[in-house]
Amino acid sequence: MILDHDVVVLGAGLAGMRAALEAARAGVKVAVVSKVHPVRSHSGAAQGGINAAIGKDDSWEIHAFDTIKGSDYLADQDAVEIMASEAPRDIIELEHMGVTFFRDDQGKLGTRAFGGASKARTYFVGDITGQALLYTLYDQILKAGVQIYEEWFATALYTVEGACRGAVCIDMLSGELHLLRAGAIIMASGGCGRVYEPSTNALICTGDGIALAYRVGAPLMDMEMVQYHPTTLKGSGFLMTEAARGEGAYLLNASGERFMQRYAPKMMELASRDVVSRSETIEIAEGRGVDDCVFLDLRHLGPEVVMRKLPQIHEMALDFLGIDMLTTPVPVRPGMHYIMGGIKTDATGATAMPGMYAAGECACVSVHGGNRLGANSLLDTLVFGRRSGAASANYARQVQPLTSGEDFLRSEQVRIAALLERPYEGETHARLRLELGTMMDRNVGVYRDEAGLQAALQTIQQLKQRYQHVAVGDKSRVYNQALTFVLELGYMLDIAETIVYSALTRTESRGAQSRTDFPKRNDAEWLKHVVIHSHDGQAPAIDFSPVSITKWPPQERTY
Amino acid sequence: MKWTIVVGRYDKDQPAGSGYPPPFESAAAKRYQTFEVDLPEHAMVLDALIQVREYQDESLAVRCACRSAICGSCAMWINGHANLACTSKLRDFTVDGKVTVESPPSMPPIRDLVCDMTPFWQKNRQVRPWLEGKEPVPAGEEYRVPNAAMENLIQEVGCISCGACLMDCESFAVNQNFLGPAALAKAYRYTADPRDAETRDRLKTYSEPDGVWDCTHCYECVQQCPKGVAPLEQILKLRRMAVEEGFTNNAGTRHAYAFAESVKDSGRLNELTLMPKSFGLLNIRAQLQSLPAAFNMARAGKLPPLIHKKIPGLARIKSIFAKVGGKFK
Repeated sequence: MILDHDVVVLGAGLAGMRAALEAARAGVKVAVVSKVHPVRSHSGAAQGGINAAIGKDDSWEIHAFDTIKGSDYLADQDAVEIMASEAPRDIIELEHMGVTFFRDDQGKLGTRAFGGASKARTYFVGDITGQALLYTLYDQILKAGVQIYEEWFATALYTVEGACRGAVCIDMLSGELHLLRAGAIIMASGGCGRVYEPSTNALICTGDGIALAYRVGAPLMDMEMVQYHPTTLKGSGFLMTEAARGEGAYLLNASGERFMQRYAPKMMELASRDVVSRSETIEIAEGRGVDDCVFLDLRHLGPEVVMRKLPQIHEMALDFLGIDMLTTPVPVRPGMHYIMGGIKTDATGATAMPGMYAAGECACVSVHGGNRLGANSLLDTLVFGRRSGAASANYARQVQPLTSGEDFLRSEQVRIAALLERPYEGETHARLRLELGTMMDRNVGVYRDEAGLQAALQTIQQLKQRYQHVAVGDKSRVYNQALTFVLELGYMLDIAETIVYSALTRTESRGAQSRTDFPKRNDAEWLKHVVIHSHDGQAPAIDFSPVSITKWPPQERTY
Repeated sequence: MKWTIVVGRYDKDQPAGSGYPPPFESAAAKRYQTFEVDLPEHAMVLDALIQVREYQDESLAVRCACRSAICGSCAMWINGHANLACTSKLRDFTVDGKVTVESPPSMPPIRDLVCDMTPFWQKNRQVRPWLEGKEPVPAGEEYRVPNAAMENLIQEVGCISCGACLMDCESFAVNQNFLGPAALAKAYRYTADPRDAETRDRLKTYSEPDGVWDCTHCYECVQQCPKGVAPLEQILKLRRMAVEEGFTNNAGTRHAYAFAESVKDSGRLNELTLMPKSFGLLNIRAQLQSLPAAFNMARAGKLPPLIHKKIPGLARIKSIFAKVGGKFK
């Protein structure tokens, strides 16, 4: 089947739904495609909150500066200015849509403290902020009557004369492939956490949109910048929100010392994430951890604060480790959490490819640079989701409708059919994915060096060879997840390769990229973005993009 | 540790036989397949299913994403009740050496543990699940509301739409049109929101048939909800709000009144007058329609006594009513 829309949004998390809402408001025919039901999207797992400088003693300039400092001066300052200055209106708009934000004594929006921020400017709903925003936006797109194709999985983007004009998707329930044609496509498919094992990300965070865009020629930027969150639960790797530290929780080493006083005497546990994750890694490496973990201690906060403001993490520690955080510190370690890099866009969400827009974690504006501040990701999704929705609607209006596409759909059907028929030779997607993920965590994690990255590259190339022999262990048409897992693995291998190439290219330490062989930040040579392009089966091509500096020249970064 | 998991397998694309109860009996055959997995002591049912899917049988279909009770994907029947697989410990659910998981028979099946959630999403849409903001919308700033009013809603905001409540809802089992626990909890969330302008209209709609009064208080939804949303409690709050707003001309309110009146007058329930009073004394048609059920009950020995006696010490009951106040003082 071929279906026509003005704007098609791939992904129905916060960025995708915000974009769809804005495009619908602009009066164009918009559809949202998601491989899961919208409310299952991983935006719902964001716990802590969303940043905006609304308070009297705060200003968007201070917010912008904190963000830029947090980014280790790699963020584009013009884009950060837009995000920080437009943040208040987006938060207020969400409040008007019905988000049940925490209030202060006057009934106004109340805040909590968060890492890397010099003011308490994080607005929140308990420790389920992402979920509250996600459901409110879902309710809003229902109200707006936006078409939703749920449990549709994208296999390829359709390009015509260098412009992005659609996507082929598998309808999971029937197994049929359809072509969604559009004037413009918005990539809002989220992050790629599963490239690493473990990760705080859901199993669905496989970077589909990043890889699809990359394959048709859209360049990716800052892909070496992979954020390790300082507090992920031992074993499972689940996220223990930064809001815990925002509310005053301590990080302790094996001897019960608040070790952050040696690394960030001013901000302590609330230094930015790259700094805290590195400090923990050093503590553990130097033998002051327990079972490769340090401890997150909530005991002194008391049951009132924990149960009212952090109930979800209390429940998770109890469920998955049997630990009651009211009485016992919980073991945590740094774990892959977020990718600052993604599809390169400008501040309207436009990518380098005509007709393709991107927003949210799959995009790179870049507002996070080398390290994203906590509670800036939800903000990123709303501001740039809104902007890309508006810009894509505008663009789509001027595009001629298509009559072509049947051949492309047929070629995708043939490709998928062939994949399903591939004989079993001993390779499975699960084994390859595990090998990829554990290798990435080991070689391309908090600390990196040339040897480890070269080894990673070799492993990825071997895995790519073996991938050609992975069979699909399910032959049914209905809800064939084995098929989508194999396709996802292909996306993840492409992304892993771009991460490693980019990390190899940047021979300095900045933000989340800590090269032990190049331990210093090098502004003279590296105050620029690494941009990576796919290159038809050969090694990717790399070039650079300047960092926009408006008001804040790079300084030494201390917390 | 070795664990045994029995999985209800099904593929609507592979027709043959039956195995599901009506209205799905024409569907394909459902069969049970046993798997052995090796997992740690604290492992969850979902860990076992993922283990099977990755290393034993890639054709096993199961929805899951976050693995930590946030995304709401993995609600299924575990040993005959709806639960989230990701927070159900194998240890707690192993009975006679095995755990049994399957798609809940109350929902249309699709594939293995994946059921069709359309009824759930449709009900959600039916309750107008969005804020109808009060005018004027404050320009450039938030609505001023007390934090307590927001916290009152957070119980429902915590709902992850897993559908466990609907899967095991006794009222939904006999009336597919019942709005159901999750949708009505959501209805409360917007009705009780001090920023919403449509409170009265909402209460009127929710008081109609298939709405708040169709809940039978079986507490399955409270029991099965993995997030403490307690949908029944939200339904009871909606009922109270509806009655206070004067939406009393319905079987549900009359039933509640008749119930209270009978207890106040005699200290016990007069089941013979309860039905006519609930339907409305002049609603002969509805009363006639309930006759077959009455005959069946009589045949099963469930007929209430024909002579309704007052209990001793009735004055004390009346004093309770006096103390509670309101309509029955």
